[in-house]
Amino acid sequence: MNADSLIILIYILVLASYLGFELITKVPPTLHTPLMSGSNAISGITIVGALIASNEMGYGTLSKWLGMLALILATINVVGGYMVTDRMLKMFKKK
Amino acid sequence: MSILIQIAYLISSILFIVGIKKLGKTKSAREGNIYSAVGMLLAIAATLVTLDILSFVEIFVCILIGGAIGLYVSQKVEMTKIPEMVALFNGFGGLASFAVALSDYFLKTQSVDTYPDSVNAISIMVSVLIGGVTFTGSMIAYLKLDGKISGSPITFKGQHPLNLILLIGFVVAGVLTYINPGDPIFMIALIVISLLLGVLTVMPIGGADMPVVISLLNSYSGMAACATGFILNNNVLIVAGSLVGASGIILTQIMCKAMNRSLTNVLLGGFGQTVAGPAADGPQIIVKEIGVEETAMLFESASSVLVVPGYGMAVAQAQHVIRELMEQCEKRNIDFKFAIHPVAGRMPGHMNVLLAEANISYDKLIEMESINDEFPNTDLVFVVGANDVVNPAARTNPESPIYGMPILNADKAKTVIVCKRSMGKGYAGIENELFGYPNCLMLFGDAKQTITKVVGELKEM
Repeated sequence: MNADSLIILIYILVLASYLGFELITKVPPTLHTPLMSGSNAISGITIVGALIASNEMGYGTLSKWLGMLALILATINVVGGYMVTDRMLKMFKKK
Repeated sequence: MSILIQIAYLISSILFIVGIKKLGKTKSAREGNIYSAVGMLLAIAATLVTLDILSFVEIFVCILIGGAIGLYVSQKVEMTKIPEMVALFNGFGGLASFAVALSDYFLKTQSVDTYPDSVNAISIMVSVLIGGVTFTGSMIAYLKLDGKISGSPITFKGQHPLNLILLIGFVVAGVLTYINPGDPIFMIALIVISLLLGVLTVMPIGGADMPVVISLLNSYSGMAACATGFILNNNVLIVAGSLVGASGIILTQIMCKAMNRSLTNVLLGGFGQTVAGPAADGPQIIVKEIGVEETAMLFESASSVLVVPGYGMAVAQAQHVIRELMEQCEKRNIDFKFAIHPVAGRMPGHMNVLLAEANISYDKLIEMESINDEFPNTDLVFVVGANDVVNPAARTNPESPIYGMPILNADKAKTVIVCKRSMGKGYAGIENELFGYPNCLMLFGDAKQTITKVVGELKEM
């Protein structure tokens, strides 16, 4: 990776973190648990990396097995995380 | 990578950001979660398109297995067990990033032409470190929360020096891997050290500090994804990872503030062990007991009631009978609200979810800063399964280990009824002087059974 593309990635990191801080400070305590399980699901974005890693021919390489392990785990995170968050948020009702 | 794929990743990043923004308001929260899920789906679809899939069957099977497990867990888990589930999922996220990093390492070191460049190598190591610590740390946190291992802090001599040595070892092995990427022995050392560090850093932390720990591990799982983004030069991983990283850090700060402890103090561990001594010297607290009938009468004659729930309420599964109590009071036009301390429950916001599950409207759940001024004008405060969060020693006694911790000013109400199983102490292991106050009455017994009886009395009145 050359220095230019590294700098761009660092820009993205800094700006996204700052945006994250701003957005999440405003989340009321009532919603902290769903926020956490929801962000749990978002951290399942590693699924993108896992897909790339498991897409190799042949079962001979350690890389492929690691990729497949990551794919299963990240899918659990994504599916489980979003579903449980939805289940919780459904319960928040105002009468 | 084609420009269309980049645009798809950009759109998913925007969907994550808008989703989190919407998650900040109770009304739009569910919609926000769906936005973020759509963003995820788009990122997955875009990736699948770029791959011109070579191994469709394996990918399909893995997604099917993971999806089925995720679906099953998300539908079966009880709301009291959400902290355990989140801890477990944090660990899965960490392990996934860890595995992707290693996969990339082993792929690139197959031949000399593809050896990782410096940015790549450093990103792999960072991802292995954070991912590994998140994985084993979360597993320990899960076992502690679930009671499979003792929740009390496990400490031993030389613990902190050992952690430091391991960290130095990691840096050394990292440099050696960097110099000689082809030799997997140093990478194996990195793997072992990072997994060990996760265990060693969470073991000394007490069960009651778990809200801080899961928030922090949540943040780590995001950072691990972010590091993986640097390995793969992938923007959407960096955006999503930093959002999660930021979210976890903010929740960690909130939890620490609510307990008046610094993060270092929590991480060094051992809280609740050293305070057993001085507590015995204090004056004996003389409490006044109250029965079920009198409690019902006090509810009947009050015009405003504030309930302070704690994790004890969830353990006794008393949230549903409290809703019945609320209905009885509202029938009598008694103002009935809940005062929620930020560390009530086992993770940030846990109490709100438990009460929402019992069908209690969320506008009845008031956070500490907004409700604390209302206590002096409240006729009756009903403390159920909470202890340290209403201990006035936090305000008055500089000797107390919880001195300075923000508390709910329950003691300032006209009457306080504390529903408690016994005179047991809270997690800080200290006496609660509130129980000896002239305006405080103790209602002993299992929360669910006792409150059911109170509701029965009220129904007959």
